[in-house]
Amino acid sequence: MLNIQNLQAGIEGRQILRGINLEIKAGEVHAIMGPNGSGKSTLASVLAGKQNYEVTSGSVEFLGKNLLALSPEARAAEGLFLAFQYPVEVPGLSTTNFIKTAVNEIRKYHGREPLDAVSFLKMMKQKMALVNIDQSLLSRPLNEGFSGGEKKRNEIFQMAMLEPKLAILDETDSGLDIDAIRIVSNGVNKLRTKDNAVLVVTHYQRLLDYIVPDFVHVLYNGRIVKSGTKELALELEERGYDFIRNEADVEQEA
Amino acid sequence: MSFVENYKEHFEQLLSVKDKKELSGIRENAFNAFAEFGIPTSKHEEWKYTRIGALFNRPYRFLLDPSHAVTVADIDAFRLPGHQEANELIFVNGIFSSALSKIISKGLAVVPLEEAAADSRYKQLVAAHFGNSGHYLKDGINALNTALVNGAVFVQLTKGMAVGLPVYIYNINDARKENIFSQPRSLIHVTENAQLQIVETYFTLGVEESFTNQVMEIVVEENALLEYYKIQNDAGNANQVSTTHIRQAGRSYVHTVTVSLNGGIVRNNLNMILEAERCESHLYGLYFQKGKSHIDNHTVVDNVKPNCFSNELYKGVMNDESTGVFNGKIFVRQQAQKTNAFQSNKNILLSDDASVNTKPQLEIFADDVKCSHGCTVGQLDEEALFYLQSRGIGQKMARSLLIQAFASDILEHVKLAAIRKHVEHLVAERLEF
Repeated sequence: MLNIQNLQAGIEGRQILRGINLEIKAGEVHAIMGPNGSGKSTLASVLAGKQNYEVTSGSVEFLGKNLLALSPEARAAEGLFLAFQYPVEVPGLSTTNFIKTAVNEIRKYHGREPLDAVSFLKMMKQKMALVNIDQSLLSRPLNEGFSGGEKKRNEIFQMAMLEPKLAILDETDSGLDIDAIRIVSNGVNKLRTKDNAVLVVTHYQRLLDYIVPDFVHVLYNGRIVKSGTKELALELEERGYDFIRNEADVEQEA
Repeated sequence: MSFVENYKEHFEQLLSVKDKKELSGIRENAFNAFAEFGIPTSKHEEWKYTRIGALFNRPYRFLLDPSHAVTVADIDAFRLPGHQEANELIFVNGIFSSALSKIISKGLAVVPLEEAAADSRYKQLVAAHFGNSGHYLKDGINALNTALVNGAVFVQLTKGMAVGLPVYIYNINDARKENIFSQPRSLIHVTENAQLQIVETYFTLGVEESFTNQVMEIVVEENALLEYYKIQNDAGNANQVSTTHIRQAGRSYVHTVTVSLNGGIVRNNLNMILEAERCESHLYGLYFQKGKSHIDNHTVVDNVKPNCFSNELYKGVMNDESTGVFNGKIFVRQQAQKTNAFQSNKNILLSDDASVNTKPQLEIFADDVKCSHGCTVGQLDEEALFYLQSRGIGQKMARSLLIQAFASDILEHVKLAAIRKHVEHLVAERLEF
């Protein structure tokens, strides 16, 4: 589904990603872990097409297309979804109107008619139940005054509505208490099928207790320095990132 | 000064008309003030960023005669939604037309100002309030309107009446054949406990230049309520200086929304004079400009007595080569303890060639008050734009949604649903870049 080859990217002339290689297949859950500043969020942003990041080398293929050549909105329409670490507050734009516009813009991209009001409401109700989100939240302006947990739940609700092929969860656990993590993770798990995939970007192992990965990769200094199964995450939790740092630095010197 | 000479002729002609004697004293004073002040240049502090002089150098037809060629059909093309259920006051070339106007609410009196000035029921009110704006606007433009007042109206809403139906005011310039200079003038009296909603708009017929120099003075008596909505969406050939001067008595409530979407050079003076205790004022404004249009909002909130509240929020979206000015003054007089006065001006520039000059000002002479002011000028939030795009929303649509969201903060304060929908629609139309 996603094939990243030797991806190098940076911002304002500063290189952050120094050659990422990663392949994700349908039905899989991958986790990317790493210490602060290792490039986790940059990778998520580059994949979603955030401006200001400059890709200097490498390629990203998504469902047979050159992802890097697509605008952010086209990437979303092709089935890529980024759950933001810090969802943006937009006063004055109702959450429902925002999601309705998104759903219909994606339908337009695929040459389909916009959803009529009745079908849209039906879909909303169904997905609301799935991710356990309240109607009152959705009639409020987008993320304005939402608690950390509400913002993240809203991200997962958007994911449910847009039905992406690949969902990237960028530090979805940051700022959440255990209950909120459980609710958000349940939502993600319910949305998993054999046809879609999830990439979890996280600093801590705890989220992976709830969204269990098939593969764990450790990002350090812009490279994936270690890959393994979910046990690797437990090892990191136990030993901290220092042992990764030491191993990687030794390797680099050699 | 050839320009003054030019208007002197009109002035003398007006003075010679016998039945307009009641106002001749104030008119004469105003003409002297006009001759003294002249037309403000950019050296005038209040006119630094709005150059109005060139507009006065053009030849205009200045009409003293109320006859005109505007038909009902001409007006139908511009009527505001909900007009079937509204009183409609129509000014043509600055002169009130009772034939085209429609007054359907009980308790709403509409009388030519000259008659009101001579009528025992109204004359004291006219004497007390007509020309009060001149104390705040020390420039020749305001004085000129007073000096040449002609075809003005006095409007009174009877004590304790809720008008029920709003009053729509249309200012029409007929510039189909020649440049038109018009000076609409009105004095509106909202009596004790009465409630009035006003919606005002402007349009110019034809492609010649129009220049509207309007003065509206409004008195809101004790416990009375006024909602005032101004919609400016005239063409680029239409210039105006529009003064709305509101005096508030105790416990009165005033709520204004000014929406400026197009025009040539547009200058708004909005003065709120809080002359007694426990007045409440809300001032909202949205300007969304394109082309080379120029919008200038000068507001004054003058807190004279204690315990008043005012809240002001003006927002601007500037596209193309448009230019904007915001100048908000809050005065808190020495007596006006426990004043709460807030002011904010926020601007988004959509183009490199657009600009805004914003100047919030507080002048506080009391020591126990809560006041704040602030202003911002920036671009559309890139983070928010990316957030919307990352959900599949195309860049153009994402920009539209963000601007609409920015504007909604103001438009939600238009309490008349039909008018709110109308301005929302105008803004949405504008967003189809």
